[in-house]
Amino acid sequence: MALLELTDVEAAYGSVKALHGVSLPVEEGSIVALLGANGAGKTTTLRAISGTVRKTGGNVLFDDRVINLRSPEDVARMGIAHVPEGRGTLAQLTVWENLKMGAYVRRDGAGVKRDFDRMVGYFPWLGRRRDQVAVTLSGGEQQMLAIARALMLRPRVMLLDEPSLGLAPLVVRDIYRIIETINREEKTTILLVEQNARTALGVAHRAYVIEVGRIAVEGSASDLANQESIRKSYLGY
Amino acid sequence: MQGVVQQIVSGLATGGVYASLALALVLIYRSMEALNFAQGEMAMFSTFIAWELISVVHLNYYAAFAITIAVSIAGGFLIERVVIRPVEKAPPLTVVLVTLGLFFVVNGLAGLIWSYVIKPFPGPPGFPQAPISVGGVTVGLQDLFLIVMTVVLLGILYAFFQFTKLGLAMRAAALYPETSRLLGVRTSQMLGLGWGLAAGVGAVSGMLIAPIEFLDPNMMQPVLLYAFAAAVLGGVENPVGAVVGGFLVGVLLALIGTYVPGARDLRLAFGLVIIVAVLIVRPGGLLGRAHLARV
Repeated sequence: MALLELTDVEAAYGSVKALHGVSLPVEEGSIVALLGANGAGKTTTLRAISGTVRKTGGNVLFDDRVINLRSPEDVARMGIAHVPEGRGTLAQLTVWENLKMGAYVRRDGAGVKRDFDRMVGYFPWLGRRRDQVAVTLSGGEQQMLAIARALMLRPRVMLLDEPSLGLAPLVVRDIYRIIETINREEKTTILLVEQNARTALGVAHRAYVIEVGRIAVEGSASDLANQESIRKSYLGY
Repeated sequence: MQGVVQQIVSGLATGGVYASLALALVLIYRSMEALNFAQGEMAMFSTFIAWELISVVHLNYYAAFAITIAVSIAGGFLIERVVIRPVEKAPPLTVVLVTLGLFFVVNGLAGLIWSYVIKPFPGPPGFPQAPISVGGVTVGLQDLFLIVMTVVLLGILYAFFQFTKLGLAMRAAALYPETSRLLGVRTSQMLGLGWGLAAGVGAVSGMLIAPIEFLDPNMMQPVLLYAFAAAVLGGVENPVGAVVGGFLVGVLLALIGTYVPGARDLRLAFGLVIIVAVLIVRPGGLLGRAHLARV
């Protein structure tokens, strides 16, 4: 049984339909990549899960519960951390305040304190630059901060929207190494949206390709990466 | 020279009242980008509650002061939940219009309950009426109380927003509502809390001005105009700016009222002149950034 499962989800912005029935299971403990071109509905799929876009049909199940009508804040409180498009940096707040906001819904003060230390373990610069205003960070640093902030929630599922967007190849490699580490060490389930298919397939267990609001291809990440026809027609490399 | 200093001190005192009401305006502006036209009337209503507690229930002044603030915070929260919540996602102009309606409702309600007959309101006890002399300048202790209260108020708010989890969440919700919701912050409730805080801060301004201006349902209307001027002057998103602006407006009005013949009757007009002048010369205010698109 999947931890997170979308069945025939439809979603719309006003009268413009963006998803035409997306079905997508995310097994507990796995990394799932959702690939596709610009405007295919990748971001909308994540937003349908976190409740930031209006769903017009289908079901989103989390931990065997239907969460279709939950508000974004309730979805977060259930343990789904969404790192949105553009990273959602709290730009005028400090690095440390960003992390604190990640743990906003938690009530276990001691655990939160331990998690601060854990984050500094992953990203040592967080501790050194804790009082720096987040807007002054580089794009890669903001992405790392966004991931750390999401982890502060102690999420069961993390939704990552294009973590490689606008970053230099070396920084992308670092970020993906961290994503793998988090999945392995924290057992956090990760649903990853990415245009950069090759990089995403490198860490994912399973992958889905979305085309105009529908899943067009699915399979294990290695299968997709090895099939030349799929690579050429859907993934563009 | 001593006369000037004296005017400055008394200007700072009334400026403190403008500053605290401006602070209330800024608290709401920061989260909704709308000026609350009912802020002064809410403060007036709070002051009537304090009057009721002091003159009818015969409570100690300071106890009444504290209870009034608490009741006002709850009242402000409730007003947001009932009146503002339905238009929370509407454009700021809609919110402004609703607050304008609220202005008349609160004013009429106060007139209905307490009538339009002016009432005396006590100043803080424990302060002798006789002024003291500091370096040849006579200063009223009540004036000092006003100035100190304003600075303390700013300090408390600063500490709340800077050092508490709730304050941090309120800042995040005001600046980044969408991301905040993804982090589990109930941003709508945060707006309600912002209104509550604003009502509490406004209550202080009402209770501070009432001993000087007497208590009646229309007493806060000039104060609101000066508070607008103060907020705009300081930078309408900046709490420190609001307080600085409040003090400046207070001093300016005191000096003009004393040294420009006939100007006392035109005080309200000066408030407007300040607003217009700032918006033309420096739209961001003294301490704000310039993107004042919607006022």
